[in-house]
Amino acid sequence: MAQAGAGESHSPLEQFAIKKIIPLEIGGIDVSFTNSSLFMVTAVVLVSSLLVFGMRRGALVPGRWQIIAEISYEFIANMIRDNVGQEGRRYFPFVFTLFMFVLAGNLLGMIPYSFTYTSHIVVTFGMAFVVFLGVTLIGFMKHGFGFFGFFLPHGVPWYLAPLIIPIEVLSYLSRPISLSLRLFANMTAGHTMLKVFAGFVFVLGLGGVAPLFMVIALTGLEFLIAFLQAYVFAILTCVYLNDALHMH
Amino acid sequence: MVNCKDSPPSPGDFDARLRQARAKRSGTREAQDGETIRSSLGFALRLGVEIVAALAVGVAIGLLLDRWLGTAPWMLVLFFLMGSAAGFLNLYRAVSGLGYAAGYRGNETERSPESKSPDRMPPDRELGSK
Repeated sequence: MAQAGAGESHSPLEQFAIKKIIPLEIGGIDVSFTNSSLFMVTAVVLVSSLLVFGMRRGALVPGRWQIIAEISYEFIANMIRDNVGQEGRRYFPFVFTLFMFVLAGNLLGMIPYSFTYTSHIVVTFGMAFVVFLGVTLIGFMKHGFGFFGFFLPHGVPWYLAPLIIPIEVLSYLSRPISLSLRLFANMTAGHTMLKVFAGFVFVLGLGGVAPLFMVIALTGLEFLIAFLQAYVFAILTCVYLNDALHMH
Repeated sequence: MVNCKDSPPSPGDFDARLRQARAKRSGTREAQDGETIRSSLGFALRLGVEIVAALAVGVAIGLLLDRWLGTAPWMLVLFFLMGSAAGFLNLYRAVSGLGYAAGYRGNETERSPESKSPDRMPPDRELGSK
């Protein structure tokens, strides 16, 4: 599939390549400013300016930008209230930041020739691991060692404990993996698929109309997935937070 | 996948919205059901990853233990099986709507939507009245 594209030999995976823009090295660690960093900074600047400038007037009858800012605020606020409850309120800034960062990354990736930083497992795993660590710490702070009760469901006979506990621990440990893998896989697969079908358009010549429509449809789907995955990331963070806070 | 998106519009959608509206009034939780129905596509996409993730964690732990303890393939075999069990556990929990609770407690409390809210109330009320 890689040799698609008559004349040009662009691999569908080329879009995920990290390129150094400003090479930097501090203490033997490569901290170059890459295209990935550039898009992360862009996302942060865009989201911040949307919220700051959108809410600058704070009008009673909101304008376009203010509506976007308010909707996104309310969306996450409702999500936290529905999934975590009152106690979750103080974690709003974290969940909101996470959601906006993922969403901005996914949407920026939809611009042709841009870079999708959420299509790198390092990025998504970094975020998922922070969520995992934070949630685990909150659980311990809240319940002390009772948090270990997490790993033995209520009503399990004692002789099953040696079997159930490792399984529960594995299930718990798989959370950051599944959280990060989901976002990463969706973004990578979607963008690769788009590129592959776009390659077919040129190869097939006149028959390329069919894949062209496919690309149009897929672009729509990708926008849906961009929102959906940001939503899923945020809601799972809420669900994990709820588990740690309330422990059922 | 796309078909799932078409199904909600009729009675199911109303039920979901009704439940959501009720949940909103009662304060917390529960709306999660409505939420998952609305994004059934996202829900479907979640499931595949659940098994793979747990299996990957199991295999990774097995390999590490093998290398550490020198017990050639046995830890890998053991944790592979454990990992797949954990994967199915995750899957079962996700599908049966028990959320993602590891060590989920009290089967009887959250089985049906009706019994959910009374049981959910105490912690919220406690917080609200404070």
